[in-house]
Amino acid sequence: MSKVTIRIPTPLRTMVNNADEIILEGNTVREVLEQLTSQFDALNASLFNEEQELRHFVNLFLAETNIKDLQGLDTKVNDGDVISIIPAVAGG
Amino acid sequence: MLKISTPCQSQLHSFITQGYPHETCGVLLGKQNNNTREILQITQAKNLNEEKPEVRYDLDPKDLLKADNLAKENGWEIIGIWHSHPDHPAKPSETDRQGAWSNWSYVIVSVTQQGIEDTRSWLLNGEEFIEEEII
Repeated sequence: MSKVTIRIPTPLRTMVNNADEIILEGNTVREVLEQLTSQFDALNASLFNEEQELRHFVNLFLAETNIKDLQGLDTKVNDGDVISIIPAVAGG
Repeated sequence: MLKISTPCQSQLHSFITQGYPHETCGVLLGKQNNNTREILQITQAKNLNEEKPEVRYDLDPKDLLKADNLAKENGWEIIGIWHSHPDHPAKPSETDRQGAWSNWSYVIVSVTQQGIEDTRSWLLNGEEFIEEEII
């Protein structure tokens, strides 16, 4: 299992005891996020829909690359990787 | 309340007048203590909306990531989002409300061909926006 840092955006920090970063373990982005949501249940509904697919208003970046441009939630992670949760921002 | 220094406000207004008549958008970086948020840096983001860029914005998530990295390098945090309302008041639209996240300041700037008309800040309070004082 790889040790990975997850960066939490300001709007979601109240759900993770105001942490800005959390270090977790997993082999893929999905496994790391499962660890995250198992520790912080309230976050699950903000990140995933009922089918446990990533919500369209949430982006995940592995380092500088959106995981949509990799293998999505099945993207493999390595020790020291950083996953950033980036909210989709839109308006009119 | 939201503190915006004169240089930051000038930078913000420059981004917006240069982008007119399209909506422009970006990120507010700074620090917050108790009830005061202080903007220390303003970045511009690409508006990915190509269908109606004069009335809609979709902030490029890559630019939000860059702003987040810049904030981390400087010991700041992202404290909000700014965008312009070309030829419309500096008040949140229903689209703004639907796309808003809590715990961020939303600065909206009204701009016309004559220049900047109004600058206001808003916070999501439950399902509604409330105005935040700018000092």
